[in-house]
Amino acid sequence: MATAAAARPSIAREPATAGRGVGRTALIYLGVLVAIFVIWEGVKFLGGVPWRMPGALPGPNNPAIWNPPFRWDFANDLRLPHIWNILIALGQPFQRGADETLAQYLFGAALYTWREAAIGFALGALLGLVLATTFVHSRLLERAFVPYVIASQTVPIIALAPMIAFAFGQNVLAVVIIATYLTFFPVTIAMIRGLRSVDPRAVELMRSYAASPLQVYLKVRLPASLPYLFTALKISATASIVGAIIGEDAGSIDEGLGRVITTFNQYYATGPEKLWTAILAAALVGIAFYLVVRAAELFVLRGRPGAAAG
Amino acid sequence: MTGPDQQPIVRLSAVDKVFGRGGQPATTALEGIDLEIRRGEFVSLIGPSGCGKSTLLRVIGDLVPATRGDVVVNGKPAAKARRDRDYGIVFQAPVLFEWRSVEDNVKLPLEILGRPPAERAKRAREMLQLVELADFTRHYPYQLSGGMQQRVAIARALSIEPALLLMDEPFGALDEMTRERMNSEVLRIWERTGTTIVFVTHSIPEAVFLSSRVVVMSARPGRITKVIDIDLPRPRDLETRESRRYFELVTEVREALRAGGGLEGDDADGGGVASEERTLAEGAVG
Repeated sequence: MATAAAARPSIAREPATAGRGVGRTALIYLGVLVAIFVIWEGVKFLGGVPWRMPGALPGPNNPAIWNPPFRWDFANDLRLPHIWNILIALGQPFQRGADETLAQYLFGAALYTWREAAIGFALGALLGLVLATTFVHSRLLERAFVPYVIASQTVPIIALAPMIAFAFGQNVLAVVIIATYLTFFPVTIAMIRGLRSVDPRAVELMRSYAASPLQVYLKVRLPASLPYLFTALKISATASIVGAIIGEDAGSIDEGLGRVITTFNQYYATGPEKLWTAILAAALVGIAFYLVVRAAELFVLRGRPGAAAG
Repeated sequence: MTGPDQQPIVRLSAVDKVFGRGGQPATTALEGIDLEIRRGEFVSLIGPSGCGKSTLLRVIGDLVPATRGDVVVNGKPAAKARRDRDYGIVFQAPVLFEWRSVEDNVKLPLEILGRPPAERAKRAREMLQLVELADFTRHYPYQLSGGMQQRVAIARALSIEPALLLMDEPFGALDEMTRERMNSEVLRIWERTGTTIVFVTHSIPEAVFLSSRVVVMSARPGRITKVIDIDLPRPRDLETRESRRYFELVTEVREALRAGGGLEGDDADGGGVASEERTLAEGAVG
């Protein structure tokens, strides 16, 4: 019997295998980045605009000049800037005469947006949890209100954001509300399912202990629903960033990524790589938030089968 | 067994259980059940799939209410006995909580009862020793074999020192060899704790080997057709399974089942599963 248990050890907890797993994962990430670079620049190499090395003089048959065989509109320098130009832009002042580099400026804006998103995320998760708990305990309320919960998400946030800003004022509160609005839905839907995912015999077992409804909820339903909760939170983490960025535009918040994106959008023709850096910053803050939730998931679900997956 | 034998721990009189509400056609799961179980007895309920033996166990445990009749457990109505935590229950599946370690699973009922942490730890340790899993306290359920998981479930059921242990085909999902080992194990536990056990099974050898009495049931509607005293000497071991008397009793139970129409579709499990789901659905509502 001892061998039966030893034969199924938790692979995730073996330090050696875990280390090798991290190394392999890092290698895969790196490989994907290289692949993106190769495809991106490959497209420009084949169908972009003529390119010459900085400092090279124009002239025929100069090896420092590359003349692509095709001319694809989508691959020109306005629509698809060179990756190195995007990276170079990050190191330069974010506007003429500014002390801060674009990277520093974006970092500050991303942090600001993330703070708004995180507050909205927390409130949305809480709201989703309360709604799901209510619905799971009352079929009547579930039937009455779930259609509205679903309807709420069919209204485009672009249409709703100005109305929320109008109702709550053009300030951070409006931004937080919009982030909350995008966050609560996945949590509500997943937790209705998660709180019901309990084995009916487990409920019978609790009944045999004469457990109170609160005890059933805290000791069985809630723990059983946690994998569902984290799946929803991972969706919500990225959605809350999108909500905050859209909300900043409607709420006229100047410090966040929303304003940066709007501004760089306006000046796209003169500096396309700047908008790309803003998109990069938005993506990175989304990924970072996702990873924070993922780390929390790994911690909370440790010891459960399949916790390392997903 | 010592202890007062005069007052039965379970008394069922004229119990009916009818499933089906609203537009559904009603199904009579149990009809006219009269049964007394004395303290310290080991009673098996045996019958074909769908005969209501699991339902009968759930009626005793107040997990589903009886439609008619009296259910008295430990000298009080079944509902009161449940609220007083007079019994422990073990299902066919271990129903362990995957997010709790073995030890924490055993502690769960004690947490519900609000026992102090020191007592919980002590009881869990004792119970895991009893089922010989003391080396696996920090393991998680998925790291254990099916037989070990079921032993954890038994330890959990016994942790609150119930007067009555209800077991619903607890070894039905195990292979034959593990099952025989678990049978000896459960007898050892029963002899050490002196608790009364009501045991649902559809295995004739299992029922005969374990029980002091075997209650034979027939299907549709579920009725008790015969109660057979098992007078095999104790302690029972491998030799018991090879004795002449054992085979005679196995034959007697088999014939009683056949007389009740129980052996025609004995292995068809479909009906049993459906009725169990039904029982569960009813239990969740009630």
